[in-house]
Amino acid sequence: MAFYRPATYQKPLAIALLIALFALPTALTAGGQEFYIGFASRVLIFALAATSLNLVLGFGGMFSLGHAAFFGAGAYAAAICMSNGITDALLALPLAMAAAGLLALSIGALSLRTRGVYFIMITLAFAQMAYYLFISARSWGGDDGLPLAGRMTLGGLSLGSDSALYYAALACLALVIAFLGRLAEARFGRVIQAIRENETRMEALGYPVFRYRLICFALGGALAGLAGALLANLTGLASPNLLQWMQSGTLLVMVIIGGVGYLYGGVVGAVVLLSLEEGLSGLTVHWHIGLGVLLLGIVLFAPRGVAALFGKRHG
Amino acid sequence: MTQLVLEQALNGLQFGLMLFLLAAGLTLVFGIMDCINLAHGSLYMVGAYFVAAAAQAADSFWIGLGAGVAGAAVLGLLLELTLFRQLYKRDHLSQVLATFALILIANEAVRMLWGAQPVMLNPPDALAGPVEIAGFFYPAYRLVIIAFGLAVAGLLYLLVAKSRVGMWVRAGASNREMTEALGINVRNLFTAVFVFGAALCALAGGLLGPLLAVQVGMGESVLILAFVVIIIGGIGSIRGALVGSLIVGTVDTLGRALLPTLLRAALPADAAATLGPTLASILIYLLMAGILFFKPQGLFPARA
Repeated sequence: MAFYRPATYQKPLAIALLIALFALPTALTAGGQEFYIGFASRVLIFALAATSLNLVLGFGGMFSLGHAAFFGAGAYAAAICMSNGITDALLALPLAMAAAGLLALSIGALSLRTRGVYFIMITLAFAQMAYYLFISARSWGGDDGLPLAGRMTLGGLSLGSDSALYYAALACLALVIAFLGRLAEARFGRVIQAIRENETRMEALGYPVFRYRLICFALGGALAGLAGALLANLTGLASPNLLQWMQSGTLLVMVIIGGVGYLYGGVVGAVVLLSLEEGLSGLTVHWHIGLGVLLLGIVLFAPRGVAALFGKRHG
Repeated sequence: MTQLVLEQALNGLQFGLMLFLLAAGLTLVFGIMDCINLAHGSLYMVGAYFVAAAAQAADSFWIGLGAGVAGAAVLGLLLELTLFRQLYKRDHLSQVLATFALILIANEAVRMLWGAQPVMLNPPDALAGPVEIAGFFYPAYRLVIIAFGLAVAGLLYLLVAKSRVGMWVRAGASNREMTEALGINVRNLFTAVFVFGAALCALAGGLLGPLLAVQVGMGESVLILAFVVIIIGGIGSIRGALVGSLIVGTVDTLGRALLPTLLRAALPADAAATLGPTLASILIYLLMAGILFFKPQGLFPARA
């Protein structure tokens, strides 16, 4: 499976989508549905987190089940920045990315020594370790999480309003998607995809396979940290639940629903899953059963994901 | 202090043996069919609920335990025949997604049937009190769990290490294709292993029920511990699962009980108060990282 190469006809489509998303808050405000601006920001942020997992999983071929650790670490980094007076997004967001990226670098350095089922379980176990670390760290709020003092600013501009934060999340997501689309075509992207297809051959050709994988893993972690920092700003809280392994599972479900290895897979998955959650939870408190049955149906009948219904995968 | 250490060591042994009941089935599922079953913890949870419900209906803990274990075995059989058979041929992604979906369904179904509040499961009256061993008092029920755990672990070990079926299971875990080529029906063998694993889950859930709360989500945290056990022991190895369980059970229990005290003796009070609980809760993961660093395949790798 190859990472999606944006075909030429997709560029106008992406620009049209971007314009539509740009106009969304104005339209929602005009329609009196301001509540949904927060929901849309949530979708954008989870789309970013799922996309970062898709980079590791679909692009790098590394089946990590501990991605929530980096998502949560980014949220905590943002909260810690805020409580120490670092409120500018231009400083706080890179710091959150660096913190999550460093965590991913160290977990990856240990986990990537293993393969297959071992790798899945080890990433899961290390992520759980990070979860327990944050839950028992009393100076960071322990069980209750660490509340944010306020929202970030962007070079003097306040991100206090929901629409401002929405635009910040939209900008981050668009930049990351554009960056990853480029990366897939660049030398690093080609090498990492080749490693996914045939590791032994790339090793024999003299490529430092471990190092490429580790960089890809750490990059995915840093991008998840960016999403986590944005989410902490949206909800005003860095909660230990963000690191819980069920959260990793949820991100994974988004990627699989959307399509593993598709550039827009994470975005599609986040939109589908969060909309389902929003829609079904209004109907019944037991909506998880419906979701579970739906997921089983997808596994058994549409194993290549929803995105596979929309486009061919190249490669 | 010695008394505390002894008591906690017994608690650790008891916890380790219960972990072994969970890890044994899980490691064989990984080892033989190369199948990731995240829902193994849900079998433990559902088993505990079955035992609690049956014990309440029959007004007897032991009848409840027997009925609950039987019920979980039947559920395991149904799951294997309807769902897991489809999953073995699939990649790890599909297995994770499907078993993750099972967790969601199991948690919500249990919440619908029994409510969100924990369900009470009482130990048998005769075992409710403590008994005196070697000069200190220890809960009788915990001793029975230890005895149960030792008996089942011994039985399982004999079954896997000495019997013909056990030989097939071991052969299947180390080389599935070769075992099939020798004319052994790995598919049916596996159904039996899966059902047996489900029964062991329910046994662990039922026995631990009176000590912990029987509640929604109880399977998730214990599942991760079972994973750690399997990683330390080596995938597919029963011996590894036993050794790993005892290590994890003892280290986790002793760490939680003693580490804060030990740190208080060595560090300033406020540093110890912060570091103690944190370090205790991640101790087994540090242990796992350490073992992996030297033996990436675990202590007793089944696939050489």
